[in-house]
Amino acid sequence: MSSKPYIREVPKTSWFFRQPRYMRYMAREVTSFFIGAFTLLLVVGLKRLAEGPEAFQSFLDALRGPLGVLFCVAALVAAIYHSTSWFNVTPQAMPIQRGEEFLPGKMIVGAHYAIWAVVSLIVLIMGI
Amino acid sequence: MSEERQIQLEVLRYNPETDLEPRYQTYTVPCVNEWVVLDALNYVKENLDPTLSFRWSCHMAVCGSCGYMINGEPKLGCKAFIHEYGDHIRVEPLAHFPIERDLVTVVEDFITKFASVKPYLIPKEEKPISAGEYKQTPAQLMKFKQYTLCINCMLCYAACPQYGLVPEFLGPAAISMAHRYNQDSRDGGRDQRQEVIASHEGVWECSFVGACSEVCPKHVDPAGALQQVKVASTIDWYQEHLMPWSKK
Repeated sequence: MSSKPYIREVPKTSWFFRQPRYMRYMAREVTSFFIGAFTLLLVVGLKRLAEGPEAFQSFLDALRGPLGVLFCVAALVAAIYHSTSWFNVTPQAMPIQRGEEFLPGKMIVGAHYAIWAVVSLIVLIMGI
Repeated sequence: MSEERQIQLEVLRYNPETDLEPRYQTYTVPCVNEWVVLDALNYVKENLDPTLSFRWSCHMAVCGSCGYMINGEPKLGCKAFIHEYGDHIRVEPLAHFPIERDLVTVVEDFITKFASVKPYLIPKEEKPISAGEYKQTPAQLMKFKQYTLCINCMLCYAACPQYGLVPEFLGPAAISMAHRYNQDSRDGGRDQRQEVIASHEGVWECSFVGACSEVCPKHVDPAGALQQVKVASTIDWYQEHLMPWSKK
């Protein structure tokens, strides 16, 4: 041990500007706020639905306004970025070994996209 | 033929006996393109400034000694080729570690944490030598082989922002090595390691930035190991709380 090691402090609020990979990580984390906000919006929608048809209609009208559309588009973009960034790292968290080989990561990622597409299709069909 | 060119090698210097804080010093180094950054540092040491301190040993990405921040990126000095950089290269000590002198860092924290995960085989049951070797199939070996490639170079700690922000964090290499032994069919020490790696300062400090795996020079994928430890620890928790009668 030296008698006087020098300690470099990490800036607590601006550390993620140091590296593009830290920015990508923060982008993934920030997009979760949109997903949380959209979930809250759905809860508000449920509450308005419980209050009666008129209340629900005014909720839907508000969503169709420019701000509502803007938020929904932003939430959709954020949700897609968030989901894909997690899908792409699933082979690291859930490797599948078959004998002496590991299943190619692309197959695990692909399975997630496939399930996502099927679930989205079912939701869309049910919604029409 | 080797092409020669001059580079400006900017090195962070710190002398604990005379300096209050580190300072940059730039050397003009004649290089050939086949050189790595470690060669340029050795040129400085041998020809320009014998006071420059830095660690290195094998010059072939095996010993893990020559980790530096090269243009802000954690790299092994012996794997960072001059031709991959412009004419100005900045070399600093590995981030997140205290500076001992110049490019030499204080690594006791890493060594203590590494030892705390018991990075060695703890046999399920002791056998006498006469009972023969502990056998293992190739498939059982493949389960953990990539984690054995770790050379303890600490680049993953320099890349991990979480370790920089929360120095108590056990960190990528130590947890990966615990995972390596936990995955080994000959080992029975998982319960002992879990006390350390499943703690708050253990794997749950990791927020999966993934930087550790991106900088790992041996493609160990520590980030993957940590996520697998999280999955296994979560299963443990549910088993313990929802199925207390089940034994692991």
